[in-house]
Amino acid sequence: MPANQKLVIADCDIHPSPKSVEKEIFPFLEKRWRDHYQTYGMLLRQPYQAGPAYPKGQPDAARRDAYGPNGEKPGSDLEFMRKHHLDRYNIELGVLNPLKSGQGLQNPDFAAAYCKAINDWQIAEWTSKEARLKGSVCLPYEDAILSAKEIERRAGDPNFIQAFMLIRTSEPLGNRRYWPIFNACVEANLPLAVHAFGFGGTPVTGGGWPSYYTEDMVGHSQSAQSLVTSMVMEGVFERWPELKLIIVEAGFAWAPALSWRLDRIWAQNREELLHVKRPPSEYMADHIWYTTQPFEEPDRRGHLKDIFEWIGWEKLLFATDYPHWDFDDPTRIPLPRATDEQKQSFFIDNARSLYGV
Amino acid sequence: MAKHIAAKVMDIPPGERLSVEVQGRKIAIFNVAGEYFGLRDACPHMGGLLSEGVVIGLVEADRPGCYSYSRGGEIVRCPWHGWEFDLRTGKSRFDPNRWKTHSYDIEVGDVQQLEVETVDVTTEGEFVIVNL
Repeated sequence: MPANQKLVIADCDIHPSPKSVEKEIFPFLEKRWRDHYQTYGMLLRQPYQAGPAYPKGQPDAARRDAYGPNGEKPGSDLEFMRKHHLDRYNIELGVLNPLKSGQGLQNPDFAAAYCKAINDWQIAEWTSKEARLKGSVCLPYEDAILSAKEIERRAGDPNFIQAFMLIRTSEPLGNRRYWPIFNACVEANLPLAVHAFGFGGTPVTGGGWPSYYTEDMVGHSQSAQSLVTSMVMEGVFERWPELKLIIVEAGFAWAPALSWRLDRIWAQNREELLHVKRPPSEYMADHIWYTTQPFEEPDRRGHLKDIFEWIGWEKLLFATDYPHWDFDDPTRIPLPRATDEQKQSFFIDNARSLYGV
Repeated sequence: MAKHIAAKVMDIPPGERLSVEVQGRKIAIFNVAGEYFGLRDACPHMGGLLSEGVVIGLVEADRPGCYSYSRGGEIVRCPWHGWEFDLRTGKSRFDPNRWKTHSYDIEVGDVQQLEVETVDVTTEGEFVIVNL
């Protein structure tokens, strides 16, 4: 592209929040669940119930400059988001990934009701007002039947371009109890995005509960690797060859090394996994996309060139994580040396083609 | 080195900061108990505005379990990724020789000090001056 032409951006991870649950979410909840919310609150499947399991590095996990002119919560004011983010970075497609969306609540019916309300809210407050923004179908994912119903409800609705869940599930995601989700995604022709964090009730690392937020942050790549391994080994991609999986905010440099290791061990134990017909790396290459925030930042950016090539430029999606504190600026990330076509694919075309918009 | 008026003294009380543009350069000026420091108003990492950061002190641990707090009000933390910069030098705390932001020489003076610059002086008083 000509040097004077400003890059067009797809941001595949934007976090909207309601200014107030009572004002913006309650209109989409039945009285029963409004009462439940006020009486019992939102009980998650995790320890440390008073808040997140680990204190965030910044208040609201947000950029300090992301509060609106009247102190609005980060990500809660569309007009401010337009000026502060969408216009400023020339974002043509912004994918909304609501957190605190009812996902991971212990009460499965409340989780389903709250996710449905969040999905209605995305249309009412965001996508109907701003064509650049597209919604995510938030799933009460620990109950796959209720999740499939929510996917069916939103199928064909242009306000939504993906189904959405969190990475720390209570069992590895390839487990059969989650299969109705994959079936519904394929039926509805929606990619499944799996975002960092979650409330599986299990420790955030493979080795138990660590002491610090920093360890929580790097734990996502472990969770993502377990998730990918489980989905491949349980034969999910063999059963749903059209399923598209997006790993959001959990790193990407680990993916090539994981695929090499899986290929070798799979070959050595072939008869244990007769339903995994192809080398695991092939399923990963065919079915998985990765958003890149928080970007890998090696001392020499040249190190990333191989990583991008091993994964494939067409499988990496730019994201900022706005308004959160670990935001990536599209003009400042240490992207490896790339052709104009590769940049164009990474910043916008991959997302357009994956989402079909 | 030319002197440029950046702000009125009253615009930056102690403990406060102001983002100004001087000769096309965005500069964050901090008043630390009457001392003024100027840093390029962009984090060298990804460009977060340091003028929007929280000003803190330096918490250090010489060894595990032994903490000290010093230099209150002399460190700014980037509003995005939390990188810490020394207001006196512009150097980052975690890798001071590799990661730093430009530090400007700031002084307080009156208009008579300025040789060539024409300014619209509507208020008597002292000014914060950047040496470029």
